[in-house]
Amino acid sequence: MGIEGTVEVGKDIRQIPGTPVFITPLDKLFNWARAGSLWPLTFGLACCAIEMMATGASHFDLDRFGIIFRASPRQADAIIIAGTVTKKMAPMVRRVYDQMPEPKYVIAMGSCACSGGVFRTYSVVQGADEFLPVDVYIPGCPPRPEALIYGLVQLQEKIKKEHGRWGFWR
Amino acid sequence: MGLLEIAMDLLAELKERFPKDVLEVLEKDVLTIICRREGSVDLISYLKEKGFKHLIDLCGVDYQGYKSEKKQERFEVVYHLYNLDEKKLIRVKVPIPEKDAWQYSITGLWKTANWFERECYDMFGIVFKGHPDLRRLLMPEDWEGYPLRKDYPLFLTEEREWKGYKEFLASVRGAK
Repeated sequence: MGIEGTVEVGKDIRQIPGTPVFITPLDKLFNWARAGSLWPLTFGLACCAIEMMATGASHFDLDRFGIIFRASPRQADAIIIAGTVTKKMAPMVRRVYDQMPEPKYVIAMGSCACSGGVFRTYSVVQGADEFLPVDVYIPGCPPRPEALIYGLVQLQEKIKKEHGRWGFWR
Repeated sequence: MGLLEIAMDLLAELKERFPKDVLEVLEKDVLTIICRREGSVDLISYLKEKGFKHLIDLCGVDYQGYKSEKKQERFEVVYHLYNLDEKKLIRVKVPIPEKDAWQYSITGLWKTANWFERECYDMFGIVFKGHPDLRRLLMPEDWEGYPLRKDYPLFLTEEREWKGYKEFLASVRGAK
């Protein structure tokens, strides 16, 4: 790659010397913007939600990643399944997921959301991936805020590598 | 000070008033009265008059396969009553036979008993006679079986899976 007279200033980013003009693939630009403003839905199911709230609060401060909790599924990019999903609750979780606009991502937070955890019982769904396409699994009971942040950063990395998942032609 | 000592007067009164209904009195962690089902509501309402105004808890027990003690009846409904003025706790246990598992409702005495009894019905299948709205509380309304019974399996096999969840999975997997 290389356009006559431009200088490479970063991976896939080129500048026209002496001007504030940069050239980069649209995908990269949009993915950078999307990854930098990931808005998860405030949706908690069990004790993991407490850890999720702690991660969002000032001590761990998710805002510095551009991650701001959004109270409406219509304006959310990701949903964090924080806690045990019971069979009775599963349709409601799915409905909230269905109400989110594309592109949307799912993070399974904690052992219960990953696999059912210790609750191999009659009433608990054995992993949120039974009914949702999960992007990131975060183990732990509950995961430390650092683990949740790591999971979210992994999701950001995933978003940055995507092609054509945004916009009207996706 | 022993537990029985505190309530000696009350106990004597109960035995005099309900000679048939008080089957046994136990001095455990809490003073426990084992009461016949037929007179249980009268006994509890009498206790309420006597100052045990607060219904702390109402729950069911399944004694199937209980090893420490031989029980005559499979189920028990347990009431915890508290006297807020004298800070006294009392426990009333009512044995319920397996064949006709029902108990009288005490929603007339305490409104809070409404959901307690619904939960007990949901988990053990004990029917509360006179309850205004006896539906399942925790499990879905079309759930089969009573999960806290000892003979209920911990994990449901494919065939016994709840119909609602099967339908939900089918609809989701079809949509994907």
